[in-house]
Amino acid sequence: MTAPRIGVLTLQGDFEAHAAALARIGVEAVGVRTPERLEGVDGLVIPGGESSALLKLMAPLEFLPALAAYHAEGGAIFGTCAGVILLAARVTDGVDDDGSQTSLGLLDVDVARNGYGRQRESFATRLEVPAIGSDPLDAIFIRAPRITRVGDGVDVLARHDGEPVLVRSGRLLGATFHPELTGDGRLVRYFVDAVVAPRTTEPEVPCPRV
Amino acid sequence: MTTTNGTETGSLRIKTGFAEMLKGGVIMDVTTAAEAEVAENAGAVAVMALERVPSDIRRDGGVARMADVAKVKEIQRAVKIPVMAKARIGHFAEAQVLEALAVDFIDESEVLTPADEHYHIDKWGFDVPFVCGCRDLGEALRRIGEGAALLRTKGEAGSGNIVEAVRHLRSVSTAIRRLTQLGREELMTEAKNLGAPYDLVCWVAEHGKLPVPNFAAGGVATPADASLLRQLGAEAVFVGSGIFKANKPEAMARAIVQATTHFDDFERLAALSENLGDAMPGLDIATMPEDQKLQTRGW
Repeated sequence: MTAPRIGVLTLQGDFEAHAAALARIGVEAVGVRTPERLEGVDGLVIPGGESSALLKLMAPLEFLPALAAYHAEGGAIFGTCAGVILLAARVTDGVDDDGSQTSLGLLDVDVARNGYGRQRESFATRLEVPAIGSDPLDAIFIRAPRITRVGDGVDVLARHDGEPVLVRSGRLLGATFHPELTGDGRLVRYFVDAVVAPRTTEPEVPCPRV
Repeated sequence: MTTTNGTETGSLRIKTGFAEMLKGGVIMDVTTAAEAEVAENAGAVAVMALERVPSDIRRDGGVARMADVAKVKEIQRAVKIPVMAKARIGHFAEAQVLEALAVDFIDESEVLTPADEHYHIDKWGFDVPFVCGCRDLGEALRRIGEGAALLRTKGEAGSGNIVEAVRHLRSVSTAIRRLTQLGREELMTEAKNLGAPYDLVCWVAEHGKLPVPNFAAGGVATPADASLLRQLGAEAVFVGSGIFKANKPEAMARAIVQATTHFDDFERLAALSENLGDAMPGLDIATMPEDQKLQTRGW
């Protein structure tokens, strides 16, 4: 079985930390800075960063429709922090005049930007994440968003103070915290093995060469 | 750093983690809510709230202090992106005020008039992260030793001239490369020569990079300037006077944001650099009297 090809969106944000976290579990990621680079990618990480800056960098490249098409064609996406804001159905406390913010709308959750406050309120804690094992997961929240609504068909994989912080819906994984900033690679491994990999099992049936 | 109920705040990893989020981005100096909105609309990852941009500070002379609290609050209300602010070198009370205002990052900056000629702020005592300027590796490691979570080149602020930022960036990277070549027994002498903490010298020798992110600042005036600094290893770019002293601030802001991301895509860079109007007027550093250089403030 061929290993899935993992891409990291390298427009802005902590994409190097994500690439390093993937490298620690033996996955060499490709950088995706233009939509053409999505070709052949099975799983894409949208890193933490400034979501409004990411939108401004995506617009001239028409990245949002490209990501929607990528997902529709079977691609998996892991959004962390700014990434989950971009995946959300609806964003509150955003940069637009009416308080909203453009998003992909792929993941049926509502997200409030900077839900815990400013950097002074950033924190680290340990989360129970049964999907990846019984040991708590070290999690860093940085000017983190808050998931304020979870739609039907979205599984909550972890909560902090009763609120969802890690969600999954099919080939989409969203974390409001930063698994890439700690040494614990289990959640990154979960994305590669459990969220992305099912897609790569399909073409395993040998195809006759034309 | 406080740890209550198993929750950690204000630790170095939370501070440097935030700096990681700014990578590949542009932090813009702003002096009003309207300018902050221009920056946010252009795609800045953060703004730096200031009373005056560095070129005006340079022109006006006198004592340059932390921005008025009302100014900082006005800018915080105007945008959703992070808001940074500058404190004078060694002026820990200004930093305490800025922390009370919940600014997202404090720049202990040579652009303001130093408050202490011997000591920088003990940055470990704060939950809010600090960024500091440096001209060489020794200065960078001294600031990290004091608790800075992010370094930037000093460059020559308000000059519109990139030459000093290039000098400082090259100086740091050359010194880092040199450290990686030295034997273990040479590192203590090197630490003495650099005036830097020994454990940080050892860390850099082993890893070949700084233990915190490394950005560039001072003299950025065009998209090509941003590309140059990124290609020389800066992970993000601060732009001071370069935006709002340009002929077309909105266009310049947008172009520098795009150029910082696509720094090595030269066709895109060429397209971005077209029709931007005049960049800010620049100053020749070679003929600038020493006492007018902002970069010599701090040690």
